[in-house]
Amino acid sequence: MLGSGILKGLGVTAKNFVGSYHDPARMVTEEYPDTPARLPEAYRNFPFLVTENATDPMGTLRCVACQICEKECPPQCIYIEKSKDKKPDATGKPQLYPAVFAIDTAVCMSCQICVEVCPFDAIKMDHVFAVAATNRFEGLLLNREQLAKPNSYFQQIRPAEAGEVDTRLAAERSAAEEKARAAAAAKAAAPKPAAPAATPAPKPAEGGATP
Amino acid sequence: MNLETLPLQVRDWIVGRFPDALQWLVHHLLSITAILTVFGLFFAFTTIAERKLLARLQNRLGPNRSGLPWFRSLKLWGLTQPFADAIKAITKEDVVPAAADKVLHFLAPVVIVAFSLLGFAVLPFGRHLIPVELDAAILYFFAAGTATELAIFMAGWGSRNKYSLLAAMRALAQLISYELPLILSVVPVVMIVGTLSTQEMVLAQGGWTWGVLPHWHVFTPWGFAGFLIFLVAALAESNRSPFDLPEAESEIIAGHLTEYSGFKYALFFMAEYFGLTALSGLGVTLFLGGWQAPCAFLEFIPSWLWFMGKLASMIVFFIWIRGTLLRLRIDQLTRLSWKFLVPLALLNLGNAAFWALTPGWTGPLALARWAVSAAIIIVPFFLLGRRLSAGYAPRTYRYAA
Amino acid sequence: MTLALLLIGFLLLAAAGAAMLSRNLIHSALLLTGAWAGIAGFYLWAGAEFVAFAQVLVYVGAVSMIVLFAVLLTRQGATTAPVEFDSFRRAAAGIITAGGVMGVLFGAILGTPMDVTSAPPPASITVRQIGAQLMGPHAAALLIVGVLLTVALLGAIVIAAVDKPDDPAP
Repeated sequence: MLGSGILKGLGVTAKNFVGSYHDPARMVTEEYPDTPARLPEAYRNFPFLVTENATDPMGTLRCVACQICEKECPPQCIYIEKSKDKKPDATGKPQLYPAVFAIDTAVCMSCQICVEVCPFDAIKMDHVFAVAATNRFEGLLLNREQLAKPNSYFQQIRPAEAGEVDTRLAAERSAAEEKARAAAAAKAAAPKPAAPAATPAPKPAEGGATP
Repeated sequence: MNLETLPLQVRDWIVGRFPDALQWLVHHLLSITAILTVFGLFFAFTTIAERKLLARLQNRLGPNRSGLPWFRSLKLWGLTQPFADAIKAITKEDVVPAAADKVLHFLAPVVIVAFSLLGFAVLPFGRHLIPVELDAAILYFFAAGTATELAIFMAGWGSRNKYSLLAAMRALAQLISYELPLILSVVPVVMIVGTLSTQEMVLAQGGWTWGVLPHWHVFTPWGFAGFLIFLVAALAESNRSPFDLPEAESEIIAGHLTEYSGFKYALFFMAEYFGLTALSGLGVTLFLGGWQAPCAFLEFIPSWLWFMGKLASMIVFFIWIRGTLLRLRIDQLTRLSWKFLVPLALLNLGNAAFWALTPGWTGPLALARWAVSAAIIIVPFFLLGRRLSAGYAPRTYRYAA
Repeated sequence: MTLALLLIGFLLLAAAGAAMLSRNLIHSALLLTGAWAGIAGFYLWAGAEFVAFAQVLVYVGAVSMIVLFAVLLTRQGATTAPVEFDSFRRAAAGIITAGGVMGVLFGAILGTPMDVTSAPPPASITVRQIGAQLMGPHAAALLIVGVLLTVALLGAIVIAAVDKPDDPAP
């Protein structure tokens, strides 16, 4: 019948009108400055450095200063200086660490290539949404203290990816432990039966590998 | 203190404070001021209501941020938005094209606002509240409305912009096309009531059956059909969606308003809303019983409140329509008018004549009167609708669920 | 009251004169519309509400549109190009035509016996009385005008609706 479509349409909008007052799921508006922006999990903006421990961020950086990301970065916004000494990493293996790790966020284009190339899962994309600084040089140049964020934060912003990384790292660590134990057992079998086991591997979340 | 005559008491009190020689002038100036203030504010809050309602119809929030200066924490649901808009419009730069016909470019918004306000003079806002009681009020109302066409032409031609001019011609084509069904939908009421005076038309709709069923014209077959035709034509006459293609802001920039900015643009905007409000007021007066209460026991509410309430619900309905329907193409628009609304309005004229000739059909014959009258309009509605939509409807939407 | 009449008359004549003298056709048309509105004002002054509103509705609303559309649809090129004075023959033709129309009108007005000394007119004529007059004694005139307008409307539709064979399909 002529006009039935109009009536149907009026019904739809009337339903919207009534629904918008009691069904918050219908509303798509985010009142951004008043309420924080709801970001999707895959949202990415600027990298950050993952640390194992929130209480000692500089001591538990996953980064080993291999400088692959620095070389791969298309706009070359990463600057790394290797340390002179070595620190044991999460698995207890002595590794270099970045004495300086800086990212110029004025240059960074959030391409995620540093994340893709990092063999240590040490650099990940952040959920930074509103960035503002009063100085475009120092203000936007982030050093490693500003970049370091604990693994728990990573798990919070990207649960799926963080879970996957954590299980992989845990598997690697247990494999390393297994290997060390086997090596120790082999060593023990040869000269002495009761040799002390290799350094116990710290658990991922509470690593205590301070120098 | 009588609420019914409260506005008149206030007016007489103010008039009484002036010397006798000036009283007639003050009396008329007060009427003008009242119309300007009431409908200026009505316009302001219509814009915010429209934005909020449209938002809710689309599951959005709408403007809710503008608060008061110095009281920033007080948001007032964004109700001060129209005042912020007004300040914005006034302080914006007024750009006039170098090649424009300066006089016409300037005159167009002035003329359109002035004439769109004239229509309010004959609307009966209450039992005792009518600015000018004219014998030929309906004729006056439509005569006042015709000047808007001239203003649109002046705007389009004065801008010296070919798009403005083309859009003005389109707007004129639309206005001329829909003036016919608009007036034809009003004529039945004139025929039945036998007067052109708006106040008498409202009085003719007084009374209730069993105290609850009002005798409004919309509750008769011819009145209902006339009201629907009036609604469609009024939408088109006031450039409202779905007939807002003269200034379809999402497709063409703003039609004949392309070269207007700042306050002049706001004036056009204002005139559009005044025209819509005045036409809604006329619709309320002609079909919805004017200031009459819907039930006998609700008469204690002052009549002017009833009028404003009905007016506001008409506006809300127009906003609802705007939030629902899509814009028409110009050929669909003119086809709807000339091939559908005008024939139906002409038939409705005959329908009203039948109704006027058969007031004596009472008792069981009243049912026959209703049935015949309804058939006169419903059967052509179906037949015309089927014939005109052959090949177009029902549409199949390939990608819609 | 006389002052109002003088004002209306002055504005009317000023608009008409300006319309005649204006070099810009659109301005002329708009000023002419103003003159028509002035005539409506005169009717209003004379107490003929109905005629005044009908004058506005028909002339200011409709006839002005026809004039403006005709100007826009017929003039080629720049619409603001002033109309040049080209020959005395055309000027003479114009003056003779205008004079002829004026003569006929004046002759008709002066030839009509007007009963100016009769009793004062009724206080006000209601629309109902006008309607009764139109439907009663003057029904024939009304019907003839109605038929004439309908024929004109149909003719316009016929002229506009015929598809020329060389027109591209719509």
